[in-house]
Amino acid sequence: MEHTILILLLPFLSFILIGLLGTRLKPTAAGAIGTVVTAIVAVLSYWTAFAYFGAGRDAGTGLFPTLMPWNAVWLPFGGDLHIDMGILLDPISVMMLIVISTVSLMVHIYSFGYMKGERGFQRYYAFLSLFTMSMLGLVVATNIFQMYVFWELVGVSSYLLIGFYYTKKEAIAASKKAFIVTRFADLGFLIGILIYGFYTGTFSFTPDAPALGAAKAMLPLALGLMFVGGAGKSAMFPLHIWLPDAMEGPTPVSALIHAATMVVAGVYLVARMFPLFIGFAPEVLHVTAYVGAFTALYAAIVACVQSDIKRVLAFSTISQIGFMIVALGVCTSADPHQGGLGYMASMFHLFTHAMFKALLFLGAGCIIHAVHSNEMSAMGGLRKYMPLTHVTFLVACLAIAGIWPLSGFFSKDEILAACFSFSPVMGWVMTFIAGLTAFYMFRLYFNIFWGNENKELHAEHRPHEAPLTMTVPLVFLAAVTLFAGWIPFGEFISSDGQAYHIHIDWKVATISLCVAAAGIALATWMYMREDRKVADGLAARFSGLHKAAYHRFYIDEIYQFITHRIIFACISAPVAWFDRHVVDGFFNMLASVTQKVSWGIRNMQSGYVQRYGIWFLGGALGLTVILLLI
Amino acid sequence: MIRMEYYLIVSTIMMFVGIYGFLTRRNLLAMLISVELILNSVDINFVVFNRFLFPEQLEGFFFSLFAIGISAAETAVAIAIIINIYRNMRNIQVKNLDKMKW
Amino acid sequence: MNILSLFPAIPAVMMLGLWISRNIRQIHAVMVSGSSLLLALAIYLVFSYLGMRADGQTAAMLFTDSHVWYAPLNIHYAVGVDGISVAMLLLSAIIVFTGTFASWKMTEGVKEYFLWFCLLSVGVFGFFVSVDLFTMFMFYEVALIPMYLLIGVWGTGRKEYSAMKLTLMLMGGSALILIGILGIYFGSGATTMNVMEIAALHNIPIQMQRIWFPIVFVGFGVLGALFPFHTWSPDGHASAPTAVSMLHAGVLMKLGGYGCFRIAMFLLPDAAQELSWIFIILTTISVVYGAFSACVQTDLKYINAYSSVSHCGLVLFAILMMNTTATTGAVLQMLSHGLMTALFFALIGMIYGRTHTRDIRELSGLMKVMPFLSVCYVIAGLANLGLPGLSGFVAEMTIFNGAFMENDTFHRTVTVIACTSIVITAVYILRLIGKILYGTCTNPEHLKLTDATWDERLAVVVLIVAIGGLGLSPLWMSDMITESVIPMISHILN
Repeated sequence: MEHTILILLLPFLSFILIGLLGTRLKPTAAGAIGTVVTAIVAVLSYWTAFAYFGAGRDAGTGLFPTLMPWNAVWLPFGGDLHIDMGILLDPISVMMLIVISTVSLMVHIYSFGYMKGERGFQRYYAFLSLFTMSMLGLVVATNIFQMYVFWELVGVSSYLLIGFYYTKKEAIAASKKAFIVTRFADLGFLIGILIYGFYTGTFSFTPDAPALGAAKAMLPLALGLMFVGGAGKSAMFPLHIWLPDAMEGPTPVSALIHAATMVVAGVYLVARMFPLFIGFAPEVLHVTAYVGAFTALYAAIVACVQSDIKRVLAFSTISQIGFMIVALGVCTSADPHQGGLGYMASMFHLFTHAMFKALLFLGAGCIIHAVHSNEMSAMGGLRKYMPLTHVTFLVACLAIAGIWPLSGFFSKDEILAACFSFSPVMGWVMTFIAGLTAFYMFRLYFNIFWGNENKELHAEHRPHEAPLTMTVPLVFLAAVTLFAGWIPFGEFISSDGQAYHIHIDWKVATISLCVAAAGIALATWMYMREDRKVADGLAARFSGLHKAAYHRFYIDEIYQFITHRIIFACISAPVAWFDRHVVDGFFNMLASVTQKVSWGIRNMQSGYVQRYGIWFLGGALGLTVILLLI
Repeated sequence: MIRMEYYLIVSTIMMFVGIYGFLTRRNLLAMLISVELILNSVDINFVVFNRFLFPEQLEGFFFSLFAIGISAAETAVAIAIIINIYRNMRNIQVKNLDKMKW
Repeated sequence: MNILSLFPAIPAVMMLGLWISRNIRQIHAVMVSGSSLLLALAIYLVFSYLGMRADGQTAAMLFTDSHVWYAPLNIHYAVGVDGISVAMLLLSAIIVFTGTFASWKMTEGVKEYFLWFCLLSVGVFGFFVSVDLFTMFMFYEVALIPMYLLIGVWGTGRKEYSAMKLTLMLMGGSALILIGILGIYFGSGATTMNVMEIAALHNIPIQMQRIWFPIVFVGFGVLGALFPFHTWSPDGHASAPTAVSMLHAGVLMKLGGYGCFRIAMFLLPDAAQELSWIFIILTTISVVYGAFSACVQTDLKYINAYSSVSHCGLVLFAILMMNTTATTGAVLQMLSHGLMTALFFALIGMIYGRTHTRDIRELSGLMKVMPFLSVCYVIAGLANLGLPGLSGFVAEMTIFNGAFMENDTFHRTVTVIACTSIVITAVYILRLIGKILYGTCTNPEHLKLTDATWDERLAVVVLIVAIGGLGLSPLWMSDMITESVIPMISHILN
């Protein structure tokens, strides 16, 4: 397994190479380097997965072995603490390798068509390589601090890619927002790591039993703070505000970073720490479930009224990540047969979601490429112009809505089953959200491909099917989405590592299918026709609610208020004023007092001989008197 | 018999007249004259002390002669300076001469 | 001649060379050859130091040498280095080297400028190599004085005011230091002023330590931008010419941290333990306060100066934690901050040289106009906000981990407060990058500007390579420093 180091090194070298050569490289050459490297990485990842799972379980424990082909001290902190850099292979990291390399490869290929002729094509591919490297480094991290290191790196590559169109004001603001919000969350993560490291005496994911016993009291706090970091990256409420704005980046980037890979880092983190969560902080785990459920609900509601197609997808991503977090959070034990099902369900959903959400974004990219706008009002009736995109998009919509036999059905069904076994309320809430998902996804679908066509715009600029470089990834991902549900996922990944045979709970499945079908039917009724009487009527009737949801319940405005009015106006500005006028003023005062005193003394030295004479005489007399008195 | 105290009284008066003049006159020449008064009062003292207290010695006489010589030279230098000041500034009022402090 | 004596000697020889050079080519030749020699020497020193350690030399100070200088007061010219000073010497050599190239375009009074610059280097190098209290103090003064002229004559803006303020405040600090070292010398009853010997005696009564510790700490703290004695820094840096800002923020401010540790804490350990809490509070304020102040500044140099206050505050914060990890982090932070702040000032100088403004409200869209400088600016910014792979991350993480090892509520609280600075740093760095580099260039004059020339590229690239090198493989540097920190910390804690 030593070859796995190449999975990290190759994208890094490609980043350095493209970054250093920059515009001296032809755009196609830069793209080719990036794509070929990613292709090699993908092949290596598949090979690794094949070799890893092919090697089979350990006969004694029945687990897949945890391999660490590389691990070296990178930065020692004294005592037993040190940051290691290495590669850890276990079922979830291998699964993530596949997800990341696949989506990344698809995005690399797709970008050839999408970014064609853009200024900064080389820069784009350099950043993609950087991101791929950091994301891969994150999932194969051997310890929590290595994860943090790459966590920051994915944050920065996301920043750079969101701000790719750096002359656009919105892009600058969005990139800044994304970085600062996640950075704020990372503060929690960092402190969590510090607590974890201090009390367990190691940064490893699996401290030994005595260390854990000693750290027992502090673990819930540490894990809770780490979840704050995860919540930032995974856009959990109320740290979700950066993700919708992040859509200012190029669409393939949204597909790669803000749909499939980076945003699930928080889920991955919780999954990584799952044994500790279950063992020492189940309450914290359940809190994450509530956070996830609320986020999923909130995002689903907001997604129903957005008019920018990428925004809809962004909120749908937030909602789906909420599902994954809920699935992890509802686990009550490490045994998948007794309350530990959610772990497997969450990972399964992560896998399938990555594929179909990337597909949705890439499809959206094709549409935007065709009509040059993100707004639904510029679309409608596109099915005639772009058949391939239409079909693949429909596949993805059906998958995310949870229709049998597409991949989303299987993973969502497991999540709902896990929720129902946790508590019926949670189960029904999540089922309702699943129905909402079906509704807003099909609202999106009908608004794009059916409904009221913007004929003037289309006459002026006829939409066309995307080039081959863009459709091939669509087809590939659609194929994966069609068949991924049949992967016996539980055989590879489960909460206790033992093989778990997935069996579909048909009671839950029936409910969820019915709800999804109802959602789709409602959307069809409301949006398929050319006139949208019902939809517009509803929007008019509940205009307050509609407006609030459209403005995402004013969460952004609250943040705006906090950052500008409070942090800048009430802290920074006064601090700066204090520094200039009080602290510095004090030293200036010292100086000016000194100067005044000097002026006073200097005036004695008037230059008038006669005044000197008086001083002289006075002094002489004074001295005489003193001498006489003594 | 003229007693020693009378001489001393005269010289003291001369001394303080000189000091007063030195401190109050605004004209450099007048100040110079006042300085001369002070010097001369000291000369008188030297001579008087020599004459009355140590009649067999001559240091007092010599010293006052020496001081008269020095003061003559000093006055010449002072007047030269004053003339130069006058050439530069067209007057010799002491209040205009505060350049020395810079 | 001892290799260490070469460090102050080379700039002195360079001064002679400058004195006799007749035109700008000769001046440049002298500066380039001299500063490259210094850099080569520093790198050689690092390797030979590591080699000697690998050979099992365990003495606290290596390459030691001592000559009587003024016998009645037992003043020696004594030199010696440990891992901390080697790191600082390397840093200084890099900054002097790049500073030379950053002032390549200077046209007025070049000779005098470089003369003072070399004198400044003499002081800096002399301070780091010497182990005698008085020699250290002397070199410290030598480093301060040229600052006044360099800023007052070659500066910009309110240069006389800033130069005066900076010099007076630092002189005030050095007056405290002088009192302090005399107090230490006479208090310990030592027979030399050698730092190691005074430390070994360890017999300054605690009552006296209580007096001298705050005095010496504040004295050096002024130079290390300790709140509330930091206000010389924004004005001074803003007015100073590029290379002087680089050298001053990059190296001279490190003298403060170095002195605080090597003299105040190492020689007065008992009082240090007793009184550290006061200074921990002050440095915590520095860290957060500097960062918040930087958020609303509009002058590029002020932003960086306040950011320096924050980062140097972290250095003092870390050494006051009095454990090996945090102190190692402090030295790493000195290195890292030195490199990245020098890079910042170099880039600001280059931008200012083209646009003639440092006001961020008047700058925009520079990325399109001067891509090389802008990309380097982004890298400097990312290093500043602690991106892994660049030096800032390594230093900050070591500090935070070390600080977190102090297991009581007070230390925990201040550590968490100090940690928040990483978020605030991100805020002002990104604000800056967004404002001046991104966007469209609104000033038509700026569209005509050109990108970096070879001398500027060289300076910037050397610094970036150093930042990246330290950030990517911190292990050897961290080990070298830790090795020297361990005995000192165990001495402080007895």
